[in-house]
Amino acid sequence: MSFKTRRSAGDGKFGEYGGQYVPEVLMPALEELTDAYERYVLSNEDGFMDELRERLRDFGGRPTPLGRADRLSERYDTEVYLKREDLLHGGAHKLNNALGQVLLAKYMGKERIVAETGAGQHGTATAMAAAHLDMPCEVYMGRTDINRQRPNVFRMRLNGAEVNPVTVGRGTLKEAISETMRDWAMTVENTHYVIGSVVGPHPFPSMVREFHAVISREARQQFDEQVGGLPDAVLACAGGGSNTMGTFDAFLDDDSVSLYAVEAGGSGLGVNDETGVAPNSASLSTGTDGVLHGARTKILQDPDGQIVESHSVSAGLDYAGVGPQLAHLVDTGRVSPVNVDDNAALAGFHRLSNTEGVIPALETAHAFGFIEENHEDLGDRVVVNVSGRGDKDLETVIEETASHDIENAPDMDVFERMGGL
Amino acid sequence: MSLESAFGDDPAFVPYLAAGDPSIEASKAYVEALDRGGADVIELGLPFSEPIAEGPTIQAAVVRALQAGMTPPRYLEFVRDLNVETPLVCMTYYNLIYQYRDESDRGGPDAFVHAAADAGVEGFVVPDLPVEEADPMRAACDDAGVDLVSIVAPTTGDDRLERLLAISSGYVYVQARLGVTGAKDDVSGRTAETLARLREYDTTLPKAVGFGIRTGDHAERIVGAGADGVIVGSALVDIVAKGAETEKPTDAVAEQLADLARELKAGALQGRMAVEPERK
Repeated sequence: MSFKTRRSAGDGKFGEYGGQYVPEVLMPALEELTDAYERYVLSNEDGFMDELRERLRDFGGRPTPLGRADRLSERYDTEVYLKREDLLHGGAHKLNNALGQVLLAKYMGKERIVAETGAGQHGTATAMAAAHLDMPCEVYMGRTDINRQRPNVFRMRLNGAEVNPVTVGRGTLKEAISETMRDWAMTVENTHYVIGSVVGPHPFPSMVREFHAVISREARQQFDEQVGGLPDAVLACAGGGSNTMGTFDAFLDDDSVSLYAVEAGGSGLGVNDETGVAPNSASLSTGTDGVLHGARTKILQDPDGQIVESHSVSAGLDYAGVGPQLAHLVDTGRVSPVNVDDNAALAGFHRLSNTEGVIPALETAHAFGFIEENHEDLGDRVVVNVSGRGDKDLETVIEETASHDIENAPDMDVFERMGGL
Repeated sequence: MSLESAFGDDPAFVPYLAAGDPSIEASKAYVEALDRGGADVIELGLPFSEPIAEGPTIQAAVVRALQAGMTPPRYLEFVRDLNVETPLVCMTYYNLIYQYRDESDRGGPDAFVHAAADAGVEGFVVPDLPVEEADPMRAACDDAGVDLVSIVAPTTGDDRLERLLAISSGYVYVQARLGVTGAKDDVSGRTAETLARLREYDTTLPKAVGFGIRTGDHAERIVGAGADGVIVGSALVDIVAKGAETEKPTDAVAEQLADLARELKAGALQGRMAVEPERK
């Protein structure tokens, strides 16, 4: 079966998953967006994709390199290659989609951009793209995430975006998406909602995947040119799944390539029945079929169907759902859902930082936690997508490293030698 | 159908409350107060953790109801225990319907719709279930002999309107304005526009207008513009919120609810008389 038979927008279903579970008020906008997606993105009408490619090159810095990780390759006796999306403008893969959607909004004649953000990476990418293309932009961000991702809040403000705190619930990505949908229901006639992952109602999961597919198209070609042939395994971290789908897309029909979606195992799997909280964000590994934020997919829920709070040390993975196409690819066996806990992710963060000179985002660090424990099963040649850089996470890492007792972390006694913090 | 016939000669008053807000006991008393205040149909919310179509007032009500322990099985008990004659419509989000499993482990819309119908629910409004995804729910409602009410928005174009009307039963929920539920201080001009467009279609379904109606004056103007009924949620939930610090029902809240119900119903009647003066 070919996974490439999906280049038309279709009905937005991936097996049983996907669809459009949204209020009627938004449906006409989704129809309009589907039409624009087919014409501009899939058919390059008015040279849309040409302009996007140029802007991704000149403003974004594409293509990003693929490079060998020498120390990790030696450590694991496996060739490890890093796809460097952390080098894309903004420090994460997020700009691929944000620039694509803000440009599309311009082609559609929209006058205003709204977006949600979790870790703040999508919010900063959208704020950047909106400033670059001269569009007013408002970003909804949960209060918990504002506190743990302060540098990104400043970056959004510096780029001229309004940041609207969301105070309901636990104040993370789930609440931010709900609140952005509410804004959009009010402003839908002149506003485009730049959703930040391959989630939400059709056509968002297909369209966001399409904008991020450039990651795997480049990586597949670079690997062939630099190394020859195909890798045995491709790894990407998975929260909502945008870097995951972007990293897998061009490899979907390469049966010899194993695809691993690495989720946040948090501090433990499953849902705690007493607290009603999932101390993880592993929707692909442990979630069940349900409907959240406009799509049927795998979600973290209680037996009644109430969405539970998720957890991860990484704000960008902290979400109770996942893209419907990924859910389908897991059910068909094409993608293996795996997960590592907070500790393994933190150790992965320090390992990549001090052996390769690359400070990864905490999201990305989960993939390096996985390879440490499973490198013997991954074959001889592995590509890992470095979805983002870790500068935004430094405060969290300093705090969490102390409380989790991570053995490969550097000693920060330089501060003490200076006379205390 | 019983819901359609609840819209009689006079314009209908359709209040909404979230079941279990602020407690199961108090909520029961408040729903019964609305029944006494002259409700013609009652929309009873089954609280869902991600109510994407609701503004801050009803979001807060949903949080209170969930904290009070409201669940789908308790909702069915709640409906069974209510002492009201008014037809009840269950307003909820699709995931709760989709996840429901009955005692014989039958699941999904079919199981929930039948269980709700057995408990006394006569119809459903599901804000995140557009016509594109409504087939399983529509089939379950047909099978159980209850109604599935479609929502028409100001953005709904003519092609969609036709499809919506084709699958709607009981009544049509006309969303008066863009955005989410919430009590505003004016009446949107777009309501009259939507009602005028609906008149061009050959449908006998009553048109009930909701989103932002909070006073008798609003109700009068909405019915004056041609509505068959007014749906009022946030203005009533605001009153419930004032008594939310106690789990016991308070007479003051129940009285205020009944008073506002009477005001809204009287306003709606005024509106009808302005349209049809001969009925005085």
